[in-house]
Amino acid sequence: MLAFAVRRFLTAIVSVLLASLVVFSAIVAIPGDPAEIILGLNSSQEARAALRTKLGLDVPAPRRYVAWLGGVLRGDFGESLNYQQPVAKLIGGRLKVSVPLSLGAALIATLLAIPLGILAAVRRGTFVDPLVVALSQLGAAIPGFWLGLIFILYFAVELRLFPAGGFTPFATDPAKWLKSLVLPMLALGLGQAAVMVRMTRAAMLEVLNQDFVRTARAKGLGRRSVVLKHALRNAMVTIITILGLSLTNVFIGSIVIEQVFALPGMGRLAITAIGTRDFPLLQGEILVYAATIVFLGFLVDLSYGLLDPRIRYS
Amino acid sequence: MAGRRVRLAGRGNLIVGAVLVGVVAAAALLSFAWLPTDPLKMDFVSQLKPPSGTYVLGTDHFGRDLFSRVLVGARSTLYVGFIAVGLALSVGGFLGAVAGFLGGVLDEVVMRLVDVAYAFPAILMALLLAAVYKPGTLTAMVASGSASVPIFARIARSSVLSLKERDYVEAGRALGVRSGRLLLRHILPGALGPLIVQASLSLAVAVLAEAALSFLGLGTPPDVPSWGNMLREAQGFMAMSPYPALVPGLAIVWTVLGWSLLGDGLRDLWDPRA
Repeated sequence: MLAFAVRRFLTAIVSVLLASLVVFSAIVAIPGDPAEIILGLNSSQEARAALRTKLGLDVPAPRRYVAWLGGVLRGDFGESLNYQQPVAKLIGGRLKVSVPLSLGAALIATLLAIPLGILAAVRRGTFVDPLVVALSQLGAAIPGFWLGLIFILYFAVELRLFPAGGFTPFATDPAKWLKSLVLPMLALGLGQAAVMVRMTRAAMLEVLNQDFVRTARAKGLGRRSVVLKHALRNAMVTIITILGLSLTNVFIGSIVIEQVFALPGMGRLAITAIGTRDFPLLQGEILVYAATIVFLGFLVDLSYGLLDPRIRYS
Repeated sequence: MAGRRVRLAGRGNLIVGAVLVGVVAAAALLSFAWLPTDPLKMDFVSQLKPPSGTYVLGTDHFGRDLFSRVLVGARSTLYVGFIAVGLALSVGGFLGAVAGFLGGVLDEVVMRLVDVAYAFPAILMALLLAAVYKPGTLTAMVASGSASVPIFARIARSSVLSLKERDYVEAGRALGVRSGRLLLRHILPGALGPLIVQASLSLAVAVLAEAALSFLGLGTPPDVPSWGNMLREAQGFMAMSPYPALVPGLAIVWTVLGWSLLGDGLRDLWDPRA
């Protein structure tokens, strides 16, 4: 298990390094002079030369990559051109919005999807199963950002229960903080729940059809005990995978949702960075997103071995 | 009895999916030949109007006809979706098939790259491309296509891995059929089913991605009506009229549902075990 964990960790590191190379090369590949793109055609020669030096463009790309990567490892992502602040500090501040939003959405999705998925699997052959499946199919087809707009329309504009957008920091007012995040969390979480329901259902059905479940039933155990103690515990491995996947999905989905609800998170920062051609900021942002995805994948793989001792890694 | 019900359920998905997708395709084709009004024509006396005899689905904040815009939007959706998925299918399918067929170091390298590609979902890829090039239809297609490359590569690889050990392939090899021909003529046709199912499911994802990217301003340019654009513009006027936000959203749900039901239906048809 330990050998597997170490090996899997090393592949994750390689993936992040390759991802960093992709992010870096993309910015290097920009056709034309980045300084001219950033400052505009009317900028002076001197200003462009100064910016080129600031961006390190007079250094060959491979050396620049090594320097950038070295900085990233020390937590220094460079300085944002637009905000004149360290990129790491900007991202850190925005994570205070994006992380609670993503975790809340994932929590909503899990609390809805796992019971519904189990219910559908256990009630197979009754009307409950096709109903849950149909609802999840419909739910998965609804774009989260459109659901967000509908929520704003109904809960904010019509009923005035929640703000239509904007963000209150937790430190300022915890109740308002929660209120500003409820609708975005729901918009992001419900679609994810729809995807997770079908996966949970499939995982449960597979376990419910196995011999040990039949044995448990045959020896007279109650339905509740069979489902919760025998089946669910064995379906857990698949469900954890689904959970890891959904965390990735909501984290990426938050980019669009933040735009709908005007939340000052990572996603909104990235969209602004594109508008202002803030390359150092964008590089840092995209790398943080990509590395998070790789890391979540690593955690999921690791949990396999912990949850199911039968899984042996060669 | 149970068997028959399962078959019918499978056909149900297939039929409903095909009808939903068919309507979108028909709307896109119709929009070339006929439109109720010019989708770009502004009518400042009928801004944000609810559905009426003149404007069947109402108007947006410029008084433009929502029905005409939704019809034209179907074009962008299908166009971006088909090109994105076509790209993913050909690049991913090729890489996966060759990796699975040749094996060894090449296989290892391709699959490592596929792992890295997983770290760049469509939106992230679009952000990266938008930084480099002007965001637009092309970057949206490449972004949502490249995000689907890994899944096609994996499916093609696993199909080829299982098919290349079959007796008829061995027989072909023994008869001296060249590798390229063996892969193209004897192995690939067998791997086509799962790839087509995935193509349909990926089209659902591509429709969502195109809408999201256009909504963010990273997709179809504002002067071309697309469902994502329409939602982006509707955002500021929702308190005055819900129709500009409702109409394109329902069109997206309709289309995504169509592709995913069609994909599920095809899978039930070809692989009843799934």
